[in-house]
Amino acid sequence: MIEEVESTPAVVTKRGPIKVSRDRSKRGERQAGEAPYLLVKDLVVEFPTADGTVRAVQGLSYSLSLGRTLAIVGESGSGKSVSSMAIMGLHDPKSTRISGSIRLGEREIVNMPQESMRKHRGAGAAMIFQDPQSSLHPYFTIGNQIVEAYRAHHNVSKRAARERAVDMLGRVGIPHPRRRLDDYPHQFSGGMRQRAMIAMSLVNDPKLLIADEPTTALDVTVQAQILDLIVDLQQDFGSAVLFITHDLGVVAELADDVLVMYAGRAVEYGTVNDVLGKPLHPYTWGLLESIPAVSGDPARLHPIPGTPPSLLALPTGCSFHPRCEFRTRVPRDLCRQDLPDLEPRTADTGRMSRCHLREPDRVFETDILPRLP
Amino acid sequence: MLTFLLRRLVSAVSVIFLTLIASFSLFYLAPTDPAGVVCGPRCTPQRLAEIEKTLRVHDPVITQFTGYVKGLFVGRDYTTGGVTQECSAPCLGYSFTLGQPVTKLIANALPVTVSIVLGAAFFYLLIGIMAGTLSARVRGTMLDRVVVAGTLTLSSIPYFVVALISALFVAGVILPGSEWVPITENPLGWAGGLLAAWVTLGIVNAASYTRYTRASMIESLGEDYVRTARAKGISEKRVVYRHGLRAAVTPVATIFGLDLAGQLAGAVFTETIFGLPGLGRLTIQAFSQYDLPVLMATVLIGAVALVTMNLIVDIVYSILDPRVRLR
Repeated sequence: MIEEVESTPAVVTKRGPIKVSRDRSKRGERQAGEAPYLLVKDLVVEFPTADGTVRAVQGLSYSLSLGRTLAIVGESGSGKSVSSMAIMGLHDPKSTRISGSIRLGEREIVNMPQESMRKHRGAGAAMIFQDPQSSLHPYFTIGNQIVEAYRAHHNVSKRAARERAVDMLGRVGIPHPRRRLDDYPHQFSGGMRQRAMIAMSLVNDPKLLIADEPTTALDVTVQAQILDLIVDLQQDFGSAVLFITHDLGVVAELADDVLVMYAGRAVEYGTVNDVLGKPLHPYTWGLLESIPAVSGDPARLHPIPGTPPSLLALPTGCSFHPRCEFRTRVPRDLCRQDLPDLEPRTADTGRMSRCHLREPDRVFETDILPRLP
Repeated sequence: MLTFLLRRLVSAVSVIFLTLIASFSLFYLAPTDPAGVVCGPRCTPQRLAEIEKTLRVHDPVITQFTGYVKGLFVGRDYTTGGVTQECSAPCLGYSFTLGQPVTKLIANALPVTVSIVLGAAFFYLLIGIMAGTLSARVRGTMLDRVVVAGTLTLSSIPYFVVALISALFVAGVILPGSEWVPITENPLGWAGGLLAAWVTLGIVNAASYTRYTRASMIESLGEDYVRTARAKGISEKRVVYRHGLRAAVTPVATIFGLDLAGQLAGAVFTETIFGLPGLGRLTIQAFSQYDLPVLMATVLIGAVALVTMNLIVDIVYSILDPRVRLR
């Protein structure tokens, strides 16, 4: 399965240059024609506050098939976590307005009744969170927490659930799982805690696994192990994985498809090779440029100028235009006036970008590529 | 665990001993005239000298102190007017004002205070934790605001005002009249006689405990592990009570331990206003009559209660939170 693919984009990260190493194209073919398991359409998530409405996600659409991994990339506040929390039904209905559609298999998640939502959480879709230190309850043993997750969806005895928990801990690579079952989270190391968290999320065989920056809080050597584990488990379980991250090295390592989000909207979408190799949106270029190179000259680091916009008062037109160095190349101040659509960019399906710039592939080659390390 | 207990025991004993020295020297230095108090207004110099001899007020202070400490452990005798009073260990001194050994006075008053304080604790913990949890769950709604405003109002009225109103209009009207019946004599009478005091002390404290629980619960409901619990698909009730409240009660337990220690030294207002013969009322009486042995004993009991409750709180904490190791 693992083999080098010709002409893969080189992405440089904290861990050094990383190549897209898994053969995505074959998996893509295998999955082609299958109905997507997750179908998000025109998703809007808003939080009414005293200061106005926070527009966290605005008209997001994408799909994800079983066996595939979609990476959602963006800065904090881009809506990547908020949209995934909506799939889990984790937003408080009292303080959140959600519209549009999230279909998971046959079921519609948006406005699902509370009890059905409860049954869906953990069983239909499960989530791994960023910081395993704070995401596991400090007062309960690891075993206790996994058993609770299993018994929430399976009417089995405590003993049977414990056996299942031991089995799961073994599968995620925790040595002596039976002995570690009655340990508390603080007795586990950071990496082991995240493994336990993964075991807990997979205990009910969810068809969709949402991983919200699962390696951000871990140290670098452990990060790679956790990523490998997620890839391996995905192959075993055949589930769809939604991977939320801002680390493009991680994206190159495990994603099939990439969705780049900015200020609550998708700005670019495509396969990992396309998006990382021939990105079409200035924001994606900015993300690529802002990756520090291990051996590179620190002066070469190009952060995206400015800060992400307030979700209370978004810029007119394209939300990215105040930070975009290419808007002068678009005539008639179009970027400030008019929000571009997310449009197909090439003949083959699925390659999308939200930008007024003409021939972005040429601009990338002439302006951006020479700047990349 | 054993080394922890030993170490804490040593420190507890030294704290109590220091309190003892402090209270002893405070009363020794204070401009009081214990012999004069015992002697009364129509006192002859001859009688005063006799009493001073009995009280050994002219002994060096060290001798007086060692005599007091010795009495605590092995007992001592008091002789007044040719009559010898035996005061067996733990002898806390002899109250000439009340004509009884202090130990006996304390032994009579302590069950009253313990009954009042524990009974009230049952009420305020129950009400406070339930109302606080509810309020945190519906945070920001009308109900939450009513709870917050209500508890704030109740907490800002001086306690003795609430107690007085309750003693006048509730005890003996809606609830049974307030009286002390030992539980060994008549358990129902015991509960009935204390009910008014329980409810009063309970409701006022419940206001504080509602606010503690609410704040603690809001914090714990915002924790990542509560989100994880919800993401597992367990029922909302289980999320709130098993995961949220479990973490939220730990800080509340700490406050409770220290509150309890303070109250055990005497629920002064409650006992005085409801006419219950507990430690608080004993202290007040002792104050007005310069009854030094009784005052010193109550100070000592306060110190013992505080040190003991602190130790209990630490042990309970280690049971509640597995991350806490007693070393």
